[in-house]
Amino acid sequence: MSATTQMGAAVDISRLSKIYKTREDDDVLALDKIDLKIEPGSFVAVVGPSGCGKSTLLSLLAGLTPASTGSIAIDGDGVSKPHPKTGVVFQSDLLLYWRTVLDNILLPIEIKKLDVAKYRARAEELLAQVGLEGFGNKYPSELSGGMRQRVAICRALIQEPGLLLMDEPFGALDALTREQMIMDLQSMWLRLRNTVLFITHGIDEAVFLADRVLVMSPRPGRVDLDLKIDLPRPRQWSKTHEDKDYHGYVRQIRAIFEAKGILVAH
Amino acid sequence: MASTDVIGAAQAQKKQGKGMSSKKKSRGPWLERYSALILAVVLLGAWQVLVPWSGLSEFVLPTPLAIAKRIVNELPLLASHAYVTLFEVVAGFAMAVLVGMPLALAIFYSRAFERAIYPILVALQTVPKVALAPLLVLYLGYGWAPKITLAFLISFFPIVISTVVGLQSLDKNLVNLVRSMGASEWQTFFKVRLPAALPNIFGGFKVAVSLAVIGAVIGEYVAAERGLGYLQLQANSLFDTTLNFATVVTISGLGVMLYFIIDTIEARFTYKRDAAK
Ligand SMILES: Nc1ncnc2c1ncn2[C@@H]1O[C@H](COP(=O)(O)OP(=O)(O)OP(=O)(O)O)[C@@H](O)[C@H]1O
Ligand SMILES: [Mg+2]
Repeated sequence: MSATTQMGAAVDISRLSKIYKTREDDDVLALDKIDLKIEPGSFVAVVGPSGCGKSTLLSLLAGLTPASTGSIAIDGDGVSKPHPKTGVVFQSDLLLYWRTVLDNILLPIEIKKLDVAKYRARAEELLAQVGLEGFGNKYPSELSGGMRQRVAICRALIQEPGLLLMDEPFGALDALTREQMIMDLQSMWLRLRNTVLFITHGIDEAVFLADRVLVMSPRPGRVDLDLKIDLPRPRQWSKTHEDKDYHGYVRQIRAIFEAKGILVAH
Repeated sequence: MASTDVIGAAQAQKKQGKGMSSKKKSRGPWLERYSALILAVVLLGAWQVLVPWSGLSEFVLPTPLAIAKRIVNELPLLASHAYVTLFEVVAGFAMAVLVGMPLALAIFYSRAFERAIYPILVALQTVPKVALAPLLVLYLGYGWAPKITLAFLISFFPIVISTVVGLQSLDKNLVNLVRSMGASEWQTFFKVRLPAALPNIFGGFKVAVSLAVIGAVIGEYVAAERGLGYLQLQANSLFDTTLNFATVVTISGLGVMLYFIIDTIEARFTYKRDAAK
């Protein structure tokens, strides 16, 4: 199976709110009337302080949690259950320890009742792309944390999802592995050109990877800043990190956090 | 049970490959692997030597060799009774699985059912099953029925509890993961919930099968015409201590055998989470 030049999915969110009902009836307003349009094939990063509703937004987009009010459409289809075009990478790798790496990657294929044999070669190709050639028959417990998260990404990519949702996928990794993963993610995305929503609390990785960074305010979550990132691609680690514009973007985002008292200026 | 741990560790070493475990291996896998066997041989040897030395008579405490010889000589007799007990144990255990697993599923999937049934289950569990044996004989007669019932009653609870706990302890994120792939509840159950609960379920099976042996034998103590419990009572009344011991060894042999059968099935169907750690 060759990488079909499949366009990313379009996302259209309007007046989206989420209220969590709690037992002590002090309901939590996690998202407050979010309006957001995402261009097909763009890489959008979301940054915001802890508890601002980033994971909630992702969970709603993934069709895992119902919205309280407002609507989400993926390629024009209203989302009320998981959309077949989406793939999700969660903060922890969530690999099934009783399955081999290859069988973990093929899990979405099994669940969608597609021909597993047909996708085997594609799974191995994906593994090779993230530097895990020949690891297909190993078990997750035989891999390092970084390797496992790579496998989780392969699992999300096996179906070439038009919309890839990632919730702090590199949060648990050490700095070196994280750098490697950021570069790998960029090259995968440059190949696929699908729509990516990348949630992170790392301002630098958001700016480095994305076409567009959304900065969310503390609860209730709103989009405070919608920043277009105009840096040439493919971005290179040292070169981009030395770029004046890159630092300008980072400073702009930090300034918002400082103004809100989330970061202390120094 | 220590012996199965040894086997588990040996399997883990096999799966681990060669390079990583060299440090541990240099400390003597041979000694580690056979430590249980060596200890058993030492203890039995001491027993063998100390009995004649202390002047105890065969009627009070036969030596291990005498017991072993007796087992070999009486093999047909022991086997004919073991066969009966084995049948009762397996039937009682199978019933416990067939009733316990669906019950566990109902408890897991229905809050209301859980609320309703749990107090009753716990209350029943506090009844000493052994005390029911005479009543069961009264109701069900002298045949295999009361023994199977006792084996069932005594092994049922651990199966229900381990299955429920296994299902409940699943990481909720794993459910979200497969749901995000579009899985139905049916698929979620078979792809994630059940495989994740299997180690717990098999743990419950192992406890349950050992208890089922106890249940069946106690049933035979109360009233029986066949079975290892009956044979043991007979040996007792004839002051045949060696046969008595031979029966005890056969009963535990039965338990160990069943335990290992379940352990083997488990090894075939599950991958141990920390096999490579
Ligand atoms: N299931 C839930 N029930 C009740 N409240 C919830 C639930 N999930 C999230 N919340 C609340 O909603 C708010 C947003 O949570 P969310 O997990 O989306 O934050 P986040 O931005 O992802 O934070 P972090 O960066 O720490 O992951 C928080 O205040 C949280 O307490
Ligand atoms: Mg979160």
